[in-house]
Amino acid sequence: MSRVGDPARLEARVAKKSFRTASGQSAPVIADLSFALQQGETGALIGPSGCGKSTLMRILAGLDHDFDGSVHVPVHGRVGMVFQEPRLLPWRSVEDNVRLAAPNVSEAEVAALFAVLGLSEHRTHFPGELSVGLARRAALARAFAVRPTLLLLDEPFVSLDAPLARQLQRDLARLVESRGMITVLVTHDIDEAIALADRIFVLSARPAHVVGEIEVETPRAAMTDEARKTIAARIDALRDAG
Amino acid sequence: MTRLISLIVLVCLWQIAAHFSNPRLLPGPMAVLTTMRSEAASGALFAALGVTLARVAAAFLLAMAVGSAIGYAMGRNALIDRAADPWVIVLLNLPALVIIVLAYIWVGLNEAAAIGAVALNKLPVTVVTIREGVRALDTRLDEMAHVFSFSPLKRLAHVVAPQLAPYFAAATRAGLSLVWKIVLVVELMGRPNGVGFEINTAFQLFDVPLLLAYALPFTAIMLVIETLAVQPFERHVSRWRPRAA
Repeated sequence: MSRVGDPARLEARVAKKSFRTASGQSAPVIADLSFALQQGETGALIGPSGCGKSTLMRILAGLDHDFDGSVHVPVHGRVGMVFQEPRLLPWRSVEDNVRLAAPNVSEAEVAALFAVLGLSEHRTHFPGELSVGLARRAALARAFAVRPTLLLLDEPFVSLDAPLARQLQRDLARLVESRGMITVLVTHDIDEAIALADRIFVLSARPAHVVGEIEVETPRAAMTDEARKTIAARIDALRDAG
Repeated sequence: MTRLISLIVLVCLWQIAAHFSNPRLLPGPMAVLTTMRSEAASGALFAALGVTLARVAAAFLLAMAVGSAIGYAMGRNALIDRAADPWVIVLLNLPALVIIVLAYIWVGLNEAAAIGAVALNKLPVTVVTIREGVRALDTRLDEMAHVFSFSPLKRLAHVVAPQLAPYFAAATRAGLSLVWKIVLVVELMGRPNGVGFEINTAFQLFDVPLLLAYALPFTAIMLVIETLAVQPFERHVSRWRPRAA
């Protein structure tokens, strides 16, 4: 495996990633999966649960180096990540959590981020004092505060109720569009993928590979419900074929 | 408040028991206080307390520092853990007295042997406690720190240390009481001064007021350290935990 880069491009080619099972056998999780994104693009990886999406995210984040293939991430880039759980330091306030991850962030930037994400009143709160939704917002604030060149979102809104998830998706979409970074979103929610992504990569069941790629027309504001339904139907068709 | 009342009740019970006993075997609180005052006036009490406290501090710090480092290494590295585990178990089960006697025979009747023996008694407990803490470290937070490029120092200070603090506090609490008890034995067996030495003298003379005049102030000091240092530290490191409803 290797991690080298081009300043404005993410290119992932995972030929093979396996896990060793308890019985000592090797179980393939990812096989011949590749996709690429340009600067400013958001890609959604959509696939059945347990298909290896989170494993792929760990590879992209540099947490897992044990695979065959190569990952080209933006050079000298900063990675911002939102995990499935908020993963905040429980003994630090919301603001400290953000500042520890992003020591160079200015006061104005923190204030602006907190305002957009509705966290202004919760700066000094400990994560244990936050609701689930607020904790996710804090995790988003941390990921954006590092001014990432690569933003990884691993099912950031899983287990939130639908109205709250939609609200956070809207806030996230605004933030993503205002920065020029590469964003990878892992999700099993078709609406979430259509709401946020420029490209949707439909993954197969284990071992995961890309069965199809769909480009989403922008600007999204002008997108009709009809267009949304068409994309959703195409994703469904690809999933059934995969 | 409850603690204070409980202490007062204990002193009252002592007074009542002393009233019905031979004053040579169980003197009352006032008799002990009188002896304490005369020992304090001569300066002997403070000298003994000072020497013993210094030994407690030295042995405690040595055991905590070395024990934490070994416990951390064992918790982080499976190979080190497997290699060192039998040693820890042997040390855990070796009676304090055996370690003390061997230290005095091998190293000599000196300060290094005394403090080393006490530290060695306390060491395995620290190792085991800190190792448990390291094993319980949240790997998800480690990954978060890695993704967000925390430096090793930052990771230690803000990710690892806060998770280990409760274990450190537990090791401190258990360690202090263990260390001071063993320090008295070490002093009794091979030092020419300190509270343990004075207690030995009192034992030779069958002088119970003298024995209590040295033992009680020392117990009181340890109680004060526990209340004013250990407990506030525990409260401080757990201040972020949400209060139970």
